[in-house]
Amino acid sequence: MSGADSAAALKARFGAAVTRVWESCGDTIVHVAGVRAHEILAWLRDDPTQRFDYLTDITCVDYRDIERPLEVCYQLRSLARKSDLRVKIELDKAQPLEVDSVYDLWKGADWVEREAFDMFGVAFRGHPDLRRILMWETFAEGYPLRKDFPLRGRFTRAEQTRQALGVNPEAHYSFEELGIAETWADLPADVQARLARGERGKVG
Amino acid sequence: MGLNQPAAADDSTEISAASSNVLLTRLSELVNWGRTRSLWPMPFGTACCAIEFMATAASRFDLARFGMERQAFSPRQADVLICAGRLPYKLAPVIRRIWDQMPQPKWAISMGACASSGGIFDTYAMVQGIDTIIPVDVYVPGCPPRPEGLLYAIMLLQKKIAGERLSDTELRREQIVGPDGLFLPPARIDELAEPFGNSVHQTRSA
Repeated sequence: MSGADSAAALKARFGAAVTRVWESCGDTIVHVAGVRAHEILAWLRDDPTQRFDYLTDITCVDYRDIERPLEVCYQLRSLARKSDLRVKIELDKAQPLEVDSVYDLWKGADWVEREAFDMFGVAFRGHPDLRRILMWETFAEGYPLRKDFPLRGRFTRAEQTRQALGVNPEAHYSFEELGIAETWADLPADVQARLARGERGKVG
Repeated sequence: MGLNQPAAADDSTEISAASSNVLLTRLSELVNWGRTRSLWPMPFGTACCAIEFMATAASRFDLARFGMERQAFSPRQADVLICAGRLPYKLAPVIRRIWDQMPQPKWAISMGACASSGGIFDTYAMVQGIDTIIPVDVYVPGCPPRPEGLLYAIMLLQKKIAGERLSDTELRREQIVGPDGLFLPPARIDELAEPFGNSVHQTRSA
């Protein structure tokens, strides 16, 4: 069963929720309605004829044409069937950019959804830990890969330098991330105090 | 003349032996002579320049010839910080912290186009020259510079150190950051970081 067959099966099962099916460079691309996307992706993962067990990537596309919606792309792979499928959701830029997280379907969605949030500002509902992953957490200039983002950023270089130097590099990782939560009692008092303050630098 | 018999006293021999053990110099020149020949580098390698740095340190170019036998991977035991590669804003507080941790006397080499000016990365994420973060002594052009380029920069730095004076306290002054966390005035940073070359064709609002 190829990608095109998966698209036909989706069309048969979900009908109007599948808004467009097309092919580009040999890849099958399926546009689905955002409200039913999670349900459709869950079916693609679990249905015995589909078995898309591997989430290759989640990313977004922002087009130069400001009328065009922002697209969230899910690149799926069935390791067992050696088949690929790309699922796209279109998000109206006038509305809040929100989709359901697929972290509950593929655990690997954790970081790629954080990256999409970091770069495009798409909020993934139900994500366990949605915060920036590439840019530092106090980065206040917006979402860099949006087409309306100026290449050099929104602030002056002096302001960017000031904000970057305001970050405390030692507090960059929380102690939960470092996996030392269980050793809390063994930590020195000054380290405990620093972690308790949750220093992350300051903005403004 | 028997071997166990002392040589006959000869005044001229004594005088020449004594004079060959005396060296007249200035203290600063002696200290600088020592410093130039025992620079311990702290490699801050972030990109492809670090590969060239490794080549410089390896046997063919042999950084050890310049007294840089020991790479100090701890800033506490380093003399010269070599920033080899581009520096994103995310690393700016890190290199600032490493620079602050290095004891005096200390020097910095900015290796390559990206560390010196941001290079081709005139973007929101990249520091436009590490001299907006830490003071730099020698800049090495190139993308990346060849090992000879880095060696030449080290020789230039040695020349610079040889000309320093111990009485000049200004040289060893720590670059204390102001209340805004910067050691340069904001206008100076904007000036250092302004676009040049092909970058001038970009506009801030594009």
